[in-house]
Amino acid sequence: MFAFIISRLLQALPVMLTVALLSFAMFAYVGDPVAIMLGQDYTIAQRDQLIADLGLNQPFFVQFAKFVVNAAQGEFGLSYRLSRPVAQLIVERAPATLELALCAAILALAIGVPMGVYTGLYRNSWLSRFFLTFSLIGVSLPTFLIGILLILTFSVWLGWLPSFGRGDTVNLGWWSTGLLTWSGIKALILPSITLGLFQLTLIMRLVRAEMMEVLRTDYIKFARARGLTNRAVHFGHALKNTLVPVITITGLQLGAIIAFAIVTETVFQWPGMGLLFIQSVSVADIPVMSAYLLLIALMFVTINLIVDLLYYAVDPRLRIGRGKGAH
Amino acid sequence: MSATAPARPNAIRRALDSDLWYSFTRSPITVASAIVALICVGGAVLAPWIAPHNPFDLASLQLMDAFKPPAWEMDGDPNYLLGTDDQGRDVLSAIMYGARVSLLVGFCAVLLSVSIGITAGLAAGYMGGTVDAVLMRIADIKLTFPTILIALLIDGVVRAALPREVHDQIALYVVIFAIGISNWPSFARTVRGSTLVERNKEYVQAARVIGVSRARIMVSHVLPNVLGPVLVIATLNLGFAVLAEATLSFLGVGVPPTQPSLGTLIRIGNDFLFSGEWWITIFPGIALILLVLSVNLLGDWLRDALNPKLR
Amino acid sequence: MTAPLLEVRNLRVEFPTRRGTLVALDDVSFSIAHGEVLGVVGESGAGKSMTGAAIIGLLEPPGRIAGGQILLNGRRIDNLPYSELRKLRGREIGAIFQDPLTTLNPLYTVGQQLIETMVTHLPLNPAQARAKAIEWLELVGIPAASQRIDSYPHEFSGGMRQRVVIALALCAEPKLIVADEPTTALDVSIQAQVISLLKSLARDKGTSMMLVTHDMGVIAETADRVAVMYAGRIVEVGAVRNVVQQAAHPYSAGLMGSIPPVGRRLERLQQIDGSMPRLSAIPPGCPYNPRCPHAFDRCFVERPELMPAKDNLAACWLYAEQGVPRHA
Repeated sequence: MFAFIISRLLQALPVMLTVALLSFAMFAYVGDPVAIMLGQDYTIAQRDQLIADLGLNQPFFVQFAKFVVNAAQGEFGLSYRLSRPVAQLIVERAPATLELALCAAILALAIGVPMGVYTGLYRNSWLSRFFLTFSLIGVSLPTFLIGILLILTFSVWLGWLPSFGRGDTVNLGWWSTGLLTWSGIKALILPSITLGLFQLTLIMRLVRAEMMEVLRTDYIKFARARGLTNRAVHFGHALKNTLVPVITITGLQLGAIIAFAIVTETVFQWPGMGLLFIQSVSVADIPVMSAYLLLIALMFVTINLIVDLLYYAVDPRLRIGRGKGAH
Repeated sequence: MSATAPARPNAIRRALDSDLWYSFTRSPITVASAIVALICVGGAVLAPWIAPHNPFDLASLQLMDAFKPPAWEMDGDPNYLLGTDDQGRDVLSAIMYGARVSLLVGFCAVLLSVSIGITAGLAAGYMGGTVDAVLMRIADIKLTFPTILIALLIDGVVRAALPREVHDQIALYVVIFAIGISNWPSFARTVRGSTLVERNKEYVQAARVIGVSRARIMVSHVLPNVLGPVLVIATLNLGFAVLAEATLSFLGVGVPPTQPSLGTLIRIGNDFLFSGEWWITIFPGIALILLVLSVNLLGDWLRDALNPKLR
Repeated sequence: MTAPLLEVRNLRVEFPTRRGTLVALDDVSFSIAHGEVLGVVGESGAGKSMTGAAIIGLLEPPGRIAGGQILLNGRRIDNLPYSELRKLRGREIGAIFQDPLTTLNPLYTVGQQLIETMVTHLPLNPAQARAKAIEWLELVGIPAASQRIDSYPHEFSGGMRQRVVIALALCAEPKLIVADEPTTALDVSIQAQVISLLKSLARDKGTSMMLVTHDMGVIAETADRVAVMYAGRIVEVGAVRNVVQQAAHPYSAGLMGSIPPVGRRLERLQQIDGSMPRLSAIPPGCPYNPRCPHAFDRCFVERPELMPAKDNLAACWLYAEQGVPRHA
């Protein structure tokens, strides 16, 4: 088990280094950071001083090594746009994005899985048809349009829910949470639905397809032939076998949620990392972009590790395979 | 004992002779979405000839006509069926021209994905070994990163590297490239899977024995057999590509404002949502939904029709 | 003669398709006595497995029973509501499938699957069921059963898994086992072991068995009586010795002619020319008429029912003079 985690971490290392190289290359070669930081008026001496300060006159690998060491310590330099440390900006924004992503993911799983199981079991009921139609619309609606429609309906026409921002937040140490105030929770509703809807329909369709696939297998037929109750067959035998692909996709989708948070945050002016990123892209604020890229890569690697660990827990065949491999 | 023959080998040919048409006519939703898709594509392609106004002809724009609501509303003008935007542009015409850009980007991006995907899939499946391992590893990593993120990064880098005017000029190609480069792994995987199956079939072995070259076997024997699944994914991917473009344009990093796509129109209209001019954003939105939904429904149907196992 | 355990009367199974309804089983009638082993043979697609599936109520949709009756101990079971039928499965009728590699749920240990089955049907608590499960694993010949009970299916070989499947089918002590090609997917060397295990367990427990197979050797060795199926119908029924040694129906005779005899040299094995008709293209009259060397006018017009033929019952007009047609 421990060896397994270590080996997965070692596999993740090249991925992280590649992304770091990419984001360093971006940092070092795209645009002219010196010109951007100096502004309009500067002397040659000032310029040379800054180049030396930034270490831009050193060999590539020294610079890269420095970049990696700094990045590992959360040091990404100053944002061109806001002239503040990038790490500080990200730490400020992270809670907003993570709370939003978490709510959306919970929403997608808590509703998507039961809907998928239902539509997989009762393929021809009218409710299943309704769910399927709904899911197709969910897949075809772009996230930003869902947001706009929700704002139009619940904010502009009905005036029930706020259309932008996080509402009132409470600071728990450095973490600012919107979950503890009524206005914070109200502000979270529309963005979470917007962000979660696509994942919800995706998970539903996936669970349904897997369910249908599994229900056709011999071991389900045999479980029925053994006279097990429907409940045992559907939930004990069928659902458990659908879990492996569901876990994979959900893991991948967590990544997608983070990415689509960019869109949701733009629509709702949600003060998270996504909004920070999109504002940085439009003015080519490279330090923020490269830090964000690294952070996302780190999240993906972490999610992948968790997914692998879940596999390990669910599927005994993997346990044995890995066990043998280790001997 | 079942009435349907096993899938794959001649999926396309077999399906075309009767089953495909049969299942098409038997599914009213599919027929309806085909009609909607045709209208969308027709309206987009023929926009310069059939659109009631030319939204890009600055001379014909009348600022007096700005913010006209749809024709059926109280202050509506029958000249502007779906109303006008802040600059007096006809919303309906703007939608038709916008759909043109959206579809252009979508088609080109899918075309790019298909070419990369088929090449990589054939190479990985047929050559195996290191080529296979490396290509599939790249595909894995690619699949982990969402399209939007990759596209944003590419756009951001291009933006930072090039002066603004140059960037605006090539923005359309950047978007096509960014979306196309993100979606190839799904094609590559499917093609690779089918290729692995086909590779061990007797006719391929036989072709090898009589000395047909590898490349030729792949192109003339293996390729026709994987086109069915590729067509299905391409259709579904067209919907995704159009959505991705719309999202990028909505975020302001997609196509340049001089060539507004549906996403750009929605972004522009979004600013007027709170002041009550809902039609500027909602109608392009509806057009986008109809286009993507009909394409997706067609793709779904195509997948089911070409894959009898799931019927 | 006491009432049979299982009686199938005029069973008809249909598959509605968009090109018309296919009749997969047509007028199938047979019975199985207490403790008897009935072998069912025929080519693939003849309807053997479908008959078994119909009896346990697990026809693949859209297949459905369109006519006839199935009686277990004199009680009709073909029209039971789902919940009643479920209680019957495993408890009254056990099933064994063809491929042991796919029959067991990969995510549960064999012990979990055995215990689950017994607790569902028998008044046992989980601890008692576990003790019973170990007993069953020993009974079917799993070495070190008390340790292996916590193993997952993929940790067993194919033959061992089929033994586990047999334990699962028998553990709720059903009176009838429907075994659908139980050895076909196994190595030849394992087949004999599994069949003799199945046979001895059935004998010890007094369980009746419907043994579906296309392997005449297995039938000859295991079955008391044998039913030969062709194109969804039973064409001959009789004691296994009679059918094997002097089959009445030309099809059965052909089938038996294709088994290599032991101890006698033969120039070449016989074969039946042609192939079984597709369900959508069964000819009028006797379905075997296109391939039958003895076919005459009547065979192309009128469909034969089972009638006494030699010492068996056969659906063949060659035996029309022996008496009036009657059911098995």
